[in-house]
Amino acid sequence: MNPSLDAAGKTVSAAVTTPVPAPAPRLVRKHPLAIRWLHWVNFPVLFLMIWSGLLIYWANDDYRIGWGGRTLFQFFPDKFYERFHIGFRLAEGMNWHFAFAWVFTLTGVAYALYVWLSGEWRLLVPRRESFAGAFQVVLHDLGLRKKPLPRDKFNHAQRIAYSSVIVLGALQVVTGLAIYKPAQLAWLAALMGGYQLARVWHFVITLLFVAFFLVHVAQVARAGWNNFRAMITGYEIQK
Amino acid sequence: MSTKEPEEPLNAEARIRQLSRRSFLWAGLAAGAAGGGLFAFNKYAPNEDGTKTLFRRALGANEWVAHRLFPPRNLAPEFPRSAAVKPVNNYHGETPLVDLDAWRLTLDGVESGKHAVTLADIQALPHVEQTTELKCIEGWSAVVNWTGARFADFAAKYPPRPGARYVSLLSEPADYPDERYYVGLDIESALHPQTLLAWAMNGQPLSPEHGAPLRLVIPVKYGIKNIKLITGIAYAAQRPADYWAEQGYDWYAGL
Repeated sequence: MNPSLDAAGKTVSAAVTTPVPAPAPRLVRKHPLAIRWLHWVNFPVLFLMIWSGLLIYWANDDYRIGWGGRTLFQFFPDKFYERFHIGFRLAEGMNWHFAFAWVFTLTGVAYALYVWLSGEWRLLVPRRESFAGAFQVVLHDLGLRKKPLPRDKFNHAQRIAYSSVIVLGALQVVTGLAIYKPAQLAWLAALMGGYQLARVWHFVITLLFVAFFLVHVAQVARAGWNNFRAMITGYEIQK
Repeated sequence: MSTKEPEEPLNAEARIRQLSRRSFLWAGLAAGAAGGGLFAFNKYAPNEDGTKTLFRRALGANEWVAHRLFPPRNLAPEFPRSAAVKPVNNYHGETPLVDLDAWRLTLDGVESGKHAVTLADIQALPHVEQTTELKCIEGWSAVVNWTGARFADFAAKYPPRPGARYVSLLSEPADYPDERYYVGLDIESALHPQTLLAWAMNGQPLSPEHGAPLRLVIPVKYGIKNIKLITGIAYAAQRPADYWAEQGYDWYAGL
């Protein structure tokens, strides 16, 4: 046995060790008030934009995944429109869409400004290692990577996802403006490749938003109550 | 707050329960207000011409902003003649067939007083050929070549009475009361350099499907304003009625 001395000068046996108590769970401030409000306002507003957008799209529902005579998927099957009572509401859809476009844009600008001015962007913007890092996140979430992920506020996949949605939001406003005023903003529509292509981009970005939403909600569900609560209270318990 | 000091492991949990109460209260109030507000809006808010009055205000506000931001004379894109296609006929009901020789345009609100104008009178004005994209409010669009006279030249030949701020165009074909159609335009858009009283499409005189003998081509507005088979034009000081505006659509319908 190799006796050593503790701080009081008493001999401590190296073979018998006192179990170190686990650190106490502590309350950590996570999401600022502005982030929480903007997050929860944007959720129904985005829903309204997509919903009213569907009412508009129905009037000329041309898009499909396919080539030539072969269609893999039609956006959208008749049953989809019937189930959600989407048909014959073009005027209603346009009116909701053009009124709430302001709210969506202002919320997005407010969020981008806050993230920038508060310095939170340092935690959200992807870094050089984020693409490799995001791949590790996917492996980890699929159970293929056993090592825990680095303890950052947002992991690399989140950095990419949460930064991408701001870009998507901005692109949606830009493509929307090109569709909305293709004569007054003819130069903008031209940048998109013309009126019909601007509509295609607008639709594609909507699909990406929906994809983001599905993954986001699934991940939030996986992350548990403590994490979700933090987006309402602003605090998270960290063990 | 509690008078006793809780043990360290319980403190975080107790604290967060305290904080949660307030946050969830706010969250509940906000969600309730939003949900209730939406329900009440849909059920009780007043309507004006097929949509909520609030939306009419919003559409008006959007038009106000657009008017301030863009010079009203911005041109819609024009295309080479070779890009033109035959657009889809979108008559909702029957295609009116009229006696082209008997057709007259009734003009009202002009300094010379109400009178009838012939196609020859209109075709005496300078001819303009223009290839622009017709954009249906439903979402499809088509590049089409048109031949006609500028509405601005027409208004110069038959000047409106002073105080005219709007133009009303009517299609009231004899024998087709169900096909009565009417649009209202702000006079600025009517006088826009690309607004035409057109008599030919893709080099051929208009067919009945496309509004023979005379139709409006106004590429700075949605297709709904591109009225076919015009039978009357009237200048007005007040905003005139518009068929689709009465069904909930934006009166301005500007692009």
